[in-house]
Amino acid sequence: MSAAAVPAPDPAPDDVVLEARGVEVEFVTRTGHAARALDGVDLSVRRGEVLAIVGESGSGKTTLARTLMGLERPTRGEVVFGGAPLDYSFRGLKAYRSRVQMVLQDAAGSLNPRQTVYESVAEGIRLHRRDRSDEQGRSEAELVAAALAESGLRPPERLFLRYPHELSGGQKQRVLIAGALALRPEVLLADEPVSSLDASIRGEILALLLRFRQELGMGVAVVTHDLGLAWNIADRIAVMYLGRVVECGTTEEVLTAPRHPYTQALLSVVPEIEQLEPVVLTGEVPDPSRIPSGCRFHPRCPKLADGTADRAGVAGDCVGTPLPVLPATGDHRAACHLA
Amino acid sequence: MSAVPETALSERTEPLLDLRDVTVTYRTSEGPLPAVRGVNLTVAPGQVVGLAGESGCGKSTLVSTVLRLQPSGAKVEGEVLVLGQDVQTVGWGALRALRWAEASIVFQGALHSLNPVQRIGAQIAEPITVHEPDLGDAAVQRRVEELLEQVGLPGARKRAYPHQLSGGQRQRVMIAMALACRPQLIVADEPTTALDVMVQAQILDLLRDLVRDLGVGLLIISHDLSVLADVCDRVLVMYAGRVVESGTAAQAFTDPLHPYTAALSGAFPRIGDPAARYAPAGLAGDPPDPRELPPGCSFAPRCPRAVDRCTEAEPPLLEVAPGRPVACIRVGEP
Repeated sequence: MSAAAVPAPDPAPDDVVLEARGVEVEFVTRTGHAARALDGVDLSVRRGEVLAIVGESGSGKTTLARTLMGLERPTRGEVVFGGAPLDYSFRGLKAYRSRVQMVLQDAAGSLNPRQTVYESVAEGIRLHRRDRSDEQGRSEAELVAAALAESGLRPPERLFLRYPHELSGGQKQRVLIAGALALRPEVLLADEPVSSLDASIRGEILALLLRFRQELGMGVAVVTHDLGLAWNIADRIAVMYLGRVVECGTTEEVLTAPRHPYTQALLSVVPEIEQLEPVVLTGEVPDPSRIPSGCRFHPRCPKLADGTADRAGVAGDCVGTPLPVLPATGDHRAACHLA
Repeated sequence: MSAVPETALSERTEPLLDLRDVTVTYRTSEGPLPAVRGVNLTVAPGQVVGLAGESGCGKSTLVSTVLRLQPSGAKVEGEVLVLGQDVQTVGWGALRALRWAEASIVFQGALHSLNPVQRIGAQIAEPITVHEPDLGDAAVQRRVEELLEQVGLPGARKRAYPHQLSGGQRQRVMIAMALACRPQLIVADEPTTALDVMVQAQILDLLRDLVRDLGVGLLIISHDLSVLADVCDRVLVMYAGRVVESGTAAQAFTDPLHPYTAALSGAFPRIGDPAARYAPAGLAGDPPDPRELPPGCSFAPRCPRAVDRCTEAEPPLLEVAPGRPVACIRVGEP
């Protein structure tokens, strides 16, 4: 194990910096139906901790990240930052976004092709710091250089005048991260930070996120469908399915002793796990305008299909009794009638 | 450059695809750019071969030569044999007959490869009507429905437009198109990149079933060695335009001999492995510019095992064990 391999001590619950409390986000579809992309989510991001939010497309994980960022407003429930509900006024959001930053999925598409690396990173500093310097009196150029260097782009001055098309995929992703980092946020939200990158670059970007957590005490929430990534860097995991967290706990608990059949299926199809019999679920996450009755996973659940639920006497509940929202405590919990 | 032919096939059938010492050089304003340098590769009927490597290693360029789809500025040397015919030298008529009907490609990025304003049924029907002009409309429609069912979609979905389908469903449509003219060889370029784990597992299952049921040969390109290890019989690893290692899928993934293969394999942690906790493995630096390859081994500047000798000469691809060619002078050294 490398020097970076020292896990952080178990963070106390009062280290919670960003929270979702009973968050629901509803959209109205073209046909007039209400689609509930988030259907009651309790979640907390703590200082000095990496939280992985995992799930398939359509599970609501990206909507959750956008809601935490203040880009979507909850229909019900609230986002709480530093103990106070999020202020959705223009000034409130602006202040919030200097403290919580997001790195979007598509690095190539998120950088302005006509802006140099310097301009891209300096933009946030100009928007959020009227005096364009920090507490130590460092100038804008010094802050940009420091953010680039911290993101592993050295020497930073050599990149100042480059345009995105002159950079590799890994460099673009680092520039985006540097832009977020320049403001010294307390929380960094990253949506699939490595899914479009080569295998060789992946490790470096993940090591970078780990360093921010360790050295800067940042809270990091990573949205991903990649369980290997979670095993590499996450302290805790929340597994999402159709707008709800269906299992949460420490990374070791969730990935080595999964309790929810959905988590078990996700793990079984990771190519490198040979000892598990792959459980390939049919179909995809259902449409959020038609959330199934009872347990929302029951139409695809292998444990209901193979009679395990019936033998345990819970098959009726699976189809008919809804499960409560999992609380955002640190314990290992699964929203399943069998667990 | 020494070249080891891929002769590890168990059956003595004629390969569907036989690349012999293929070299591809692009003409650029800054001089010639060698994208592929002396690659040998074969795919037999019923065999799944994987080609691994990162962006810029030449794998997509190599694939483009299989159906002579390389850009006009590219010079291809060596032989590209598809069912015994050299694709690079046959006439246009023969090439047209060969594309789709004998070999087809599932391109990367299913969203961008489909026409957004045409129903998917019409897009699948197009190659069929071109290759079998005598087939009646009803027969073509029946074939389209059969193809959709073969890839796990209801036949009635032929009336859908691409935007009405999920990413996984669009990838299934791309595979249905590739099967439209019953080819014997299918090339899939990053077929599961950007798909979810569960959808990825579904698509890999589908490809495995097609190889088993139709006996086609399949060449899969991916940067994800764990995906290739899951479905392939053989895997070749490319770096800076050359094959640096090949072996069975299990050998390449769990017992890599070349340090580059080891880095690719290590990038995807085994879940449950305590050594991978809080220790993401990576490879520093970027692949070299093909116009300015470093002296000796192209991988030496990024190699954790490199010594001075590595920069003296490009290591030949030598068979270090039966069926295990590796281009590294340090194989077997502590």
